Amino acid sequence: MSGMMLAIQGALGQGILWGIMGLGIYLTFRILDIADLSVDGTFALGGCTCAALMVRAGMDPYLAVLLSTAAGMAAGFVTGILYTKCEIPAILAGILTQLGLYSVNLRIMDKSNTPFLKVDTIFKQLVDGTGLSQSWVSLLAGCVVAFALVGVLYWFFGTELGSAIRATGTNENMARSQGMNTNTYKILGLALSNGMVALSGALVSQHQGYADVKQGMGAIVIGLASIIIGEVILGHKTNFAMKLVSVLVGSCIYRIIVAVVLQLGLSTDDLKLLTAVLVALALSAPVLLEKRRRAASYSEAGEEERHA
Amino acid sequence: MLKISHVSKTFNKGTVNEKKALTDIRLHLEKGDFVTIIGGNGAGKSTLMNMVAGVYPMDCGTIFLDGVNLSREPEYKRAALLGRVFQDPMMGTAASMQIEENLALAARRGRRRGLRWGVTREERARYHEELKRLGLGLEERMTAKVGLLSGGQRQALTLLMATLKEPKLLLLDEHTAALDPKTARKVLELTDEIVTGRHLTAMMVTHNMKDAIAIGNRLVMMSEGRIIYDVKGEEKKRLKVADLLAKFEEASAGAFANDRMLLS
Repeated sequence: MSGMMLAIQGALGQGILWGIMGLGIYLTFRILDIADLSVDGTFALGGCTCAALMVRAGMDPYLAVLLSTAAGMAAGFVTGILYTKCEIPAILAGILTQLGLYSVNLRIMDKSNTPFLKVDTIFKQLVDGTGLSQSWVSLLAGCVVAFALVGVLYWFFGTELGSAIRATGTNENMARSQGMNTNTYKILGLALSNGMVALSGALVSQHQGYADVKQGMGAIVIGLASIIIGEVILGHKTNFAMKLVSVLVGSCIYRIIVAVVLQLGLSTDDLKLLTAVLVALALSAPVLLEKRRRAASYSEAGEEERHA
Repeated sequence: MLKISHVSKTFNKGTVNEKKALTDIRLHLEKGDFVTIIGGNGAGKSTLMNMVAGVYPMDCGTIFLDGVNLSREPEYKRAALLGRVFQDPMMGTAASMQIEENLALAARRGRRRGLRWGVTREERARYHEELKRLGLGLEERMTAKVGLLSGGQRQALTLLMATLKEPKLLLLDEHTAALDPKTARKVLELTDEIVTGRHLTAMMVTHNMKDAIAIGNRLVMMSEGRIIYDVKGEEKKRLKVADLLAKFEEASAGAFANDRMLLS
């Protein structure tokens, strides 16, 4: 296989693992209508917790992922309390959690980087067990987790509780007047979202072979890129399950774009700028196009005159 | 049924923008009372409704509904006993959710929301019947997003949602004011049908004096945060718009500045 094909195959595996984070961000950004910036911190928290538990405490990799997810939920809970009970604006509440988590992550690992040396990660176990290549294993394992999550989310948002969270995100006034404690649902949503983000962080760390306190930098933007790319590709007018799948697809496409430009010789240092530009373009393109269309279709003559 | 005693509310206390919205309000409603509330802008009608609903805390006084002290309960808890329809048709429904989902959310008002299905099959059958009674054809569009409905349709749906689980008190805050005259008429007829037909206790704020007289068994007029007129029964039925205008003029000491009142 050519270098490019190998790079793309690796990108798909990465894309699906990072896509789990995208699902978490979708919950806050699209369903609750909150831009939650704690994500950068909780993604790293997931990786760091997982690394500390496995390397320093010798814990089973699956159990470590589970506990990392719980840690992420706790961080989301903190953001939720700051946002609802303390009435700190959502963006600032997220930034506070994110900043605090940097120190927390350093404390958890006791250093800024922990390689998974001498421990069996989930992926290593699967490679040894199945004889498949690392990139196939990560793609398949990632798909199992990601699609299981899509199924659970699809079910959850059809329940009374899930419907209440959706109503809270759509119209808080309506939610309260129908007896919903909107603060509780926001906190719950933020906790679930950050749990998924940390889960993704833990899996990505195991996949790349190390955890780093800086691994969450720009995670929120990457998540948004996945959501937006997915929406552009699969459209807005699909059902809920397809919307979730489109986040995963978007995440894979993002990784492929990154892999291709790296193959073409772009430095990894420039990746963050590329991501920022990509997201800015994707967010602004529909607005700018609509403005141009309206300006182009304007005429001083009335409608009937023009058609006559 | 409803006992409002000595309720006062001042906004922005201690600042240059201080506004005394309600002063020592006392209002008792019997079960089945349907009260229309009129008054000029800033008279305190909406504030009174919001005090009952718990949108913001009151400065003093008590509110009891069906023997329950609501005075310091948060909005979402009071909602268990209340049905509310707002002036803005966008406010009472979740636009990105389906008609049946909105109804299901309303049907669970005051109940614990758990991991059972958000809408069950039996419910759908019931909602189909309830929507049919509105006569707007919404029963054929139960899985349509509410955002696709017109203002009047949304308001009718909000009314249905407010009364799906029988409220101890129905609060209608100028709920026809944002609709075109024909739709407003239709929604008002529906309101009368539901409230009178099911003997609900209700408060309705309106700027239309004819409606205020024609609908309900009791009429309250407010001015500058106080209740200045309260009639019911036969006396209310005999009221004319001119009487109300005279009352209003008397209250505002001739300074008759409210064009919305004049127009009705």
